[in-house]
Amino acid sequence: MKSLIKKLVESTGPSGYETQVRDVIRAEVEPYADEVRIDALGNLIAIKGEPSEDGKKILLAAHMDEIGIIATHVDEHGFVRFTTIGGVNPRTCVGGRVRFLNGTIGVIGHEYIKDRSRLPTIEQMYIDVGAKNRASCPVKVADTAAFERPYLELGDRLVSKAMDDRIGAAILIETMRQLENSPHQNFYVFSVQEEVGLRGATTAAYGIDPDIGIALDVTLSGDTPKSIKMEVSLGKGPAIKVRDSGMFSDPQVVDWMVKIAEQDKLPYQLEVLEGGTTDARAIQLSRAGVPSGCISIPCRYVHAPSEMVDLNDVQNAVKLLLGLLSRPVQLD
Amino acid sequence: MTPKNESKITSPKIRAPQIKLLEQLCNACAVSGDEGEVRALVLEQVRPHADEVKVDALGNVLVTRKGTARGRKRLRVLLDAHMDEVGFMLTHDEGKGIFRFDTVGGLDIRQLVGKPVWVGRDHVPGVIGAKPIHLTTAKERERSIPLDTLRIDIGPGGDPKIKVGDWATFATSFTRLGPSMRGKALDDRLGVVLLIELLKHAPPNIDLLAAFTVQEEVGLRGARVAAYAFEPDIGIALDCTPALDLPIWEDDDHAPSENTSYNTRLGAGPAIYTADRATMSDPRLIRHLVETAEELDIPYQFRQPGGGGTDAGAIQLAHTGVPSISVSVPGRYLHTAASITRLSDWQHTITLIYAALSRMTPKILAQDR
Repeated sequence: MKSLIKKLVESTGPSGYETQVRDVIRAEVEPYADEVRIDALGNLIAIKGEPSEDGKKILLAAHMDEIGIIATHVDEHGFVRFTTIGGVNPRTCVGGRVRFLNGTIGVIGHEYIKDRSRLPTIEQMYIDVGAKNRASCPVKVADTAAFERPYLELGDRLVSKAMDDRIGAAILIETMRQLENSPHQNFYVFSVQEEVGLRGATTAAYGIDPDIGIALDVTLSGDTPKSIKMEVSLGKGPAIKVRDSGMFSDPQVVDWMVKIAEQDKLPYQLEVLEGGTTDARAIQLSRAGVPSGCISIPCRYVHAPSEMVDLNDVQNAVKLLLGLLSRPVQLD
Repeated sequence: MTPKNESKITSPKIRAPQIKLLEQLCNACAVSGDEGEVRALVLEQVRPHADEVKVDALGNVLVTRKGTARGRKRLRVLLDAHMDEVGFMLTHDEGKGIFRFDTVGGLDIRQLVGKPVWVGRDHVPGVIGAKPIHLTTAKERERSIPLDTLRIDIGPGGDPKIKVGDWATFATSFTRLGPSMRGKALDDRLGVVLLIELLKHAPPNIDLLAAFTVQEEVGLRGARVAAYAFEPDIGIALDCTPALDLPIWEDDDHAPSENTSYNTRLGAGPAIYTADRATMSDPRLIRHLVETAEELDIPYQFRQPGGGGTDAGAIQLAHTGVPSISVSVPGRYLHTAASITRLSDWQHTITLIYAALSRMTPKILAQDR
């Protein structure tokens, strides 16, 4: 599974520009799907199974996009001004590197700031791609880029940019591969534009009109020095979301996940996230409403270029999904 | 101003009648929620050119003009321009023609003091009053005046029909200034006239679905239901976007430096959106517009990616999703009493949109993004 994860995180796909990631995922899922389609906004939807009497239509969502930047101006000396795509923290930018979709790599610098106690704002930063003037700069206004950082394996801990949410995509792909029998019709949605407002999941859920929705995404953890207070740690199992700032998971979906985790003797944690939300919110609010939940992978340094997850949590998330999807379910 | 290949393009032209219509529309009052005056003008203009005209539950004008080209599938293209403008609503009657008010849409309170306004559907003249300089202290003049101490004053014995809940807007009459135009509500009456002209001269290869929307300035509300009703293949919002193309000076040494955040520039042509807070424009539509502009030598610019949002943000999320983009005419001082825009930008915008629509086939959506 590590090589799949590496391949996914090393693709570049800021929100709205997920083509490269979509191509990689499409090649992975095609052998396991009955049908693969791409919708109007660019969501990749892989369908497996037929509607059946004791089965449900289940939407499983992991987002393909990652946070990034977009060029706003190239100045006369060839420096690229930019703004953010999604929740980029200025603290994680200084000294960082970005890769544009055309392959150009640049480093992030900033204007001289007299007061050293102050962080530069995004407006005070620029990207230096080694150009000497505007004409020779390989980057043009509106070109997009993602953060650039090599993939690392630190024992069981995997580190990269874009773990959020390629790790979710990896879990869905692995689940598709391993799931032999399911009473359900499963819609594996690799969604676009989650980081800028759950847009892909909104239209995908409308189109699919599922009975149950489950998002696969990362969540924060409370297990680092003086971290936020949170009952989630790396390595203690996938986190079953109870609540985040955008949704309450459907209690029946939570109970279902807990029951299967216990039956299958899988480690799990319950998650209450105070800031942030996932595609599950958009699915839940689709049409007349959809019972929805989320399986989260605990992740350190979310939205920094070195996001860290534990491989055991990832593998257990796959097992939990297999447990959920291979049996009939009755929510009542 | 004239594109080199303009002779190749049979685009609608901006001439005296179009400017006259713009003047009428800019001088009409249509603050979000009260778009009736503009709606009436739009209906009068579009009826002779439509296969179907409908005013929906929220007050949007939805016009269908089917293409005439046969044999091929015609794309259903939603073109959108919002009818509403920013303004005010009266909230308390304090007697003797004095009213407290609230803002409707994005307004900078610092821009309001001393501005003449039109109140209610009869355009009753008033003014946003505050203490005059004779009576203010130097310290007071350093601070902006909070909204709750501002009043709209229509004078003692002013129109007795004016009441709480009435809308008001800046009392600015449209003026032509050589190559430029000055007025209130050019955002988005420029788009409204463009859309009327496109309906009159609709390209035969597409089904043109025109949405003249309400309540854009308070959260893209009209466009949301309009897009749901039309369920189009493609969405294009025609709007007006700020230009901040003024010289800037460094704080320290007053040396002029390169302006890196201008949003758009006046005179540089239609502003194609690639990203704002509400929408990542569909890359295929960006390419289509850029290729059209470059092949036909129509000037264009990218609006700098950043904040803000247009009706495209609502359109893209309708049903199973709609590939969408926005194109705006740049304007200085938007959402104030008087904006300034260029005729040439307006003309180039309609030329670009018309040419891009004329070349639009279902193939565009079969391309890779």
